[in-house]
Amino acid sequence: MVDVAKPKRLTIKDLPIEELFTKGHTACAGCGGSMLARTAMKVFGKNTAVYSPACCLLVFGSTYPLSSWKVPYFHVAFENTAAVIAGMRAGFKAQGREGINVVGIAGDGGTADIGFQALSGAAERNDDTIYIMYDNEAYMNTGIQRSGSTPYGAWTTTTPVGTVRAGKREFKKDIPRLIADHEIPYLATASVGHPMDLLAKLEKAKNAKGFRYLQVFAPCPTGWKFDTALTVKMCKMAVDSGMWTLYEVENGVERVTYKPKQKIPVNDYIKPQGRFKHMTEDKIKELQAWVDKRWARYYGQEKSAATQQ
Amino acid sequence: MVFKVMTGDYAAALSAKVTRAQVIAAYPITPQTLIVEHISEFVDNGELDAEYIRAESEHSAMSMCMGSQVTGARSYTATSSQGLAYMHELLFIAAPLRLPIYMAVVNRTLAAPIAIWNEFNDTMPERDSGWIQSYAENNQEVLDMAIEGYKVAENDNVLLPMMTGLDAFILSHTVEPVDVPDQDIVDKFLPKFKAKFGKIDPDDPMMVGSFTPPEYIMEFRKQTDTAMENSKKVIREVTKDFAKTFGRNYQGLVEEYRLDDAEVALVTVGSVTSTSREVIDDYRKEGKKVGLLKLRYFRPFPVEEVRKVAEKVKAFGVIDKSVSFVSGGNIYQDMRAALYGYNVPIVDFMAGLGGRDIPTTDIKKMLDITMKAAKDPKSVKPINWIATRGC
Repeated sequence: MVDVAKPKRLTIKDLPIEELFTKGHTACAGCGGSMLARTAMKVFGKNTAVYSPACCLLVFGSTYPLSSWKVPYFHVAFENTAAVIAGMRAGFKAQGREGINVVGIAGDGGTADIGFQALSGAAERNDDTIYIMYDNEAYMNTGIQRSGSTPYGAWTTTTPVGTVRAGKREFKKDIPRLIADHEIPYLATASVGHPMDLLAKLEKAKNAKGFRYLQVFAPCPTGWKFDTALTVKMCKMAVDSGMWTLYEVENGVERVTYKPKQKIPVNDYIKPQGRFKHMTEDKIKELQAWVDKRWARYYGQEKSAATQQ
Repeated sequence: MVFKVMTGDYAAALSAKVTRAQVIAAYPITPQTLIVEHISEFVDNGELDAEYIRAESEHSAMSMCMGSQVTGARSYTATSSQGLAYMHELLFIAAPLRLPIYMAVVNRTLAAPIAIWNEFNDTMPERDSGWIQSYAENNQEVLDMAIEGYKVAENDNVLLPMMTGLDAFILSHTVEPVDVPDQDIVDKFLPKFKAKFGKIDPDDPMMVGSFTPPEYIMEFRKQTDTAMENSKKVIREVTKDFAKTFGRNYQGLVEEYRLDDAEVALVTVGSVTSTSREVIDDYRKEGKKVGLLKLRYFRPFPVEEVRKVAEKVKAFGVIDKSVSFVSGGNIYQDMRAALYGYNVPIVDFMAGLGGRDIPTTDIKKMLDITMKAAKDPKSVKPINWIATRGC
């Protein structure tokens, strides 16, 4: 088993003022993905090399000849984030360059769907790299198409509100669970609306060795159709409803890192989002049942039963 | 200097070792498997000090090579057929990003029908990827082309990736004596790679592979085109140096054989060249003025060299092991393009597809047809399927 160093818990005051993912990028207002990039770079620092596949981050952060990155930034293709960063690590190692944070930041489509083969390979080999998925729950860069990570019922441009069927028919693919089963040294779920929790996990990922996987909930006002001022609130409601859970798996030991004080109905979470506005009562019930199962899985059965509507 | 008997695959594996590849990422596919097996042995026996990533696919293997090469590490991979096709997308990215990766490709049939024997239908369609493309005639050249290849690919005026084809089974699994050069001589000929331009290094941050609008793309394309053009001169110089250093003179992008007073030239690529030399010798004994032009490089296409030969011969016969349906073989097409405006007939011979043997009798037939074309071009079909039932 690979040892994970015990980091001190970061506070906002510990963060450097210097931005390594700078302002001036072209992300939409309220973009969760850009919040992740900025926060992650504050933790990882200058001795870092970043790769991202074809995704929003590539386009809004690095359109030639401009760049928001003050660290080296590499892009090759869409489905190979985990493989390219494996190569970057090997390249540095072969040249005797230790201690560089090799980080891949990819969207949910590039991770959960087309990039899963490379991701699984990297996890199985326990490559010494950090993989961060910013989960905005659809192919946002190409115009809001459904991905494996899109939640049940959500409207996307490929799960339209049709006259016969409306919204996504499948439930969200549980990538963190699948990757945890590869028995990697460090895995965490986080959200851009829970910055202290996110910072602690980024710091742990930075200090661990071997393959590290973070899946960060990153709301997309453009694709989810909500007010751009509500990105953080969406994160909080997602976690409080049980649609998203904050936990980590450190050397096989699973730990919930934030437990909501009170469970809110899933309807409260989906209501401000245009992507769910067509949802019928039956569909909301189905989604609530899925959430309840997850709630029980992470927080225990009795809590779930106590909050049943 | 020591002669060893080895397969073409062993020679390819050995080439990664003698060129001191720093990162190797590969995925097994018949008939390339011996390469990855031998490299595994070299690395795990401590004979080769390299990072070796056992990739979970060819797509990832090439992605890894791009990741390692961009940090400045000399990177190596090997594949074949379907594996190369699976890398296709990335080949077109590696070249404009100017990553001088080297790859051995065991030339195998691209399905369907699925088969594992020799054909060039895997590499030839990648001719437009921006990779330099060379083909080995024998196992010695498999080893030598990697030494030559890195030296060409890593040249400041080139910086393009390079793939070398070796014929499935005919070379990959057949043993031949190979002169293994001393390591210190190779080290002197091929010093350590130092990335000077687009690279990923936290001490010198830059962006490589960014999203690029139309205002800039044309210039990137032209630069890749210029680099490929530059590679011709570099290949000619490197083969000269190679001859001086290792005593084997490969002449440059092409090798001429008995062409000085030849009336027809047979154009070959890969192992069929050796068989063809025998036939040329036989015909010469009979007083027939035939010669051979071996293309060592297909990209860049040796236009100048081919035109020089066109000045002296009366017809070309081309052996093609890949087909662009109805349009003939890929070598034939490039010969036609190179010789536009030259009044020399070019006859295409589709042969050896799917690994079918090309015996000396077939090569004689091709030479006979080419000699006929030299006298009366209209009497000969431009594209001829050799030893094919129903043709």
